Amino acid sequence: MTPEELQRKLQSSFTDMDEIPLFKDNLNARARGEFLFKWTVRFSAFTAVFIMSLLLYRVLQDGLPWLSFDFLNRFPSRLPERAGIKSALYGSCYIIVLTTIFSVSIGVAAALYLEEIAKKNRLSQFIEVNIANLAGVPSLVYGILGLAVFVRYLDFGRSVLAAAATLALMILPVIIITSREALRTVPNGIRMAALALGATPWQTIWSHVLPAALPNILTGVILALSRALGEAAPLIIVGGVTYIAFIPESLFDSFTTMPIQIFNWAGRPQVEFQGIAAAGIIVMLLLVLTTNAFAIILRNKFSQKSRW
Amino acid sequence: MSDLNQNSNANQSVLSALDVSLAYDQRTIVKNVTLNLDPNSITSLIGPSGCGKSTLLRTFNRMNDFIPAFRKTSGFIKYRNLDIYGDDVDPVFIRRRVGMVFQKPNPFPSSIAKNITWGPSINGFQGDFDELVEISLKRAALWDEVKDKLHSSGLALSGGQQQRLCIARAIAMDPDVILMDEPCSALDPASTAKIEELMSELKERYSILIVTHNMQQAARASDHTALMYHGELVEFGSTRQIFNSPKNKVTEDYIMGRFG
Repeated sequence: MTPEELQRKLQSSFTDMDEIPLFKDNLNARARGEFLFKWTVRFSAFTAVFIMSLLLYRVLQDGLPWLSFDFLNRFPSRLPERAGIKSALYGSCYIIVLTTIFSVSIGVAAALYLEEIAKKNRLSQFIEVNIANLAGVPSLVYGILGLAVFVRYLDFGRSVLAAAATLALMILPVIIITSREALRTVPNGIRMAALALGATPWQTIWSHVLPAALPNILTGVILALSRALGEAAPLIIVGGVTYIAFIPESLFDSFTTMPIQIFNWAGRPQVEFQGIAAAGIIVMLLLVLTTNAFAIILRNKFSQKSRW
Repeated sequence: MSDLNQNSNANQSVLSALDVSLAYDQRTIVKNVTLNLDPNSITSLIGPSGCGKSTLLRTFNRMNDFIPAFRKTSGFIKYRNLDIYGDDVDPVFIRRRVGMVFQKPNPFPSSIAKNITWGPSINGFQGDFDELVEISLKRAALWDEVKDKLHSSGLALSGGQQQRLCIARAIAMDPDVILMDEPCSALDPASTAKIEELMSELKERYSILIVTHNMQQAARASDHTALMYHGELVEFGSTRQIFNSPKNKVTEDYIMGRFG
């Protein structure tokens, strides 16, 4: 007997017993709805993948012919055949390392204060609301802020340091918010156990709470850093230059980054530069993937121990 | 302040509560409780849910400090004549002397050995850590079950084993008193029996105050029993007296199972 036949039989037997059926189970319509639902979500999932692969295909098609070791090892040039991404690659790497140091140390410390130390009062609520709002501020505004505070007021100049500080400020709210979420998932029993052994709050946090929250904190850091790596707008305001024929050697040297360089190439009239921009995109995607892979390995290493 | 309200036998008591009232914000949870804990004995605190017994227990090592709404509204809590809530008392010192085992087993997400050694190491333990691990686990009757996997995760143990690991962790600090907050409520009968057996061995060295929902457990395992009801201490005496000839009608009704 097929399921349909069984269904029909059950239905008829119920209606035979009952003169007025109390339930209209409407199974066929519900099954149709189920079918529709499944295919809608499936299609949505594939849409993202499909568009991404299309993009990747086009970028690889345009960029691969231009990609070579020389491309990585040459400074920018007016002549397409001599243009390279060396200064932007180094600039991006330096800036992302500095941004990570600034944003993770300040962000995690701020999250620890708000989640573990601060009493719930007006002040902590005020800080909380502000951080939530800052997460929604457009990146251009952070660029202007960076220009006013870091470049001019603190006199960092149009430098690597000013750029990293601006990007760190931009992703700080996201890191604080995700770190707080991560700290909230640590079971309270762990804190109580440590405190009851005569640990100070700091010892409790450092030895138990932070390690347990680290995998989820790193997830937030990965997302935030990927965003910082791809951001061009605030850095153009802070003073990213597109023609730099040297590698930054100090924190106060001027800089360029890959998104700025790619933006510049893509805007040039010569057709060859479209291909070079695509090659730049490939290099940037590789860098993003490498950073993410590194962070994911780190996360998995820490999440193995803490399963409760 | 410490010589005020001096109870006659407070000198011998390990822990004592003198006319203690406790509240969460405006809601009074514990009313004027006076209770003395003898050294090397097991005292159980029984009573229906919400009667304030866990709140009272947590004042003895100041774990209520982490509940923002908590306030002590009257009385003194003393640990060997030291006013626990005195201005010059560091709660870390109290918690280091008065250990605690929680309702839900809560081992650290690290190895069995690390679970034992972390507390002593942050408190400046000078002895041999391997020896400490062995002694603590033996006293907690867990050594034979885990001696071959000291470096595997404490979370891989069964619930009963985890709770005994938590007891071992408390013992490793060589405390004076061990507070237990319904330590068997999440455990099966076999594990419960093991922990009760363990408690009677531990009282040779430590004083134990245990909160329990389980009246049979109080009757089986403790020397003294205190019954709390609606925040008040209804009756306190030897376990034999409380269970065989209760003086108070409420006590009688509670141990007969007429409410609770």
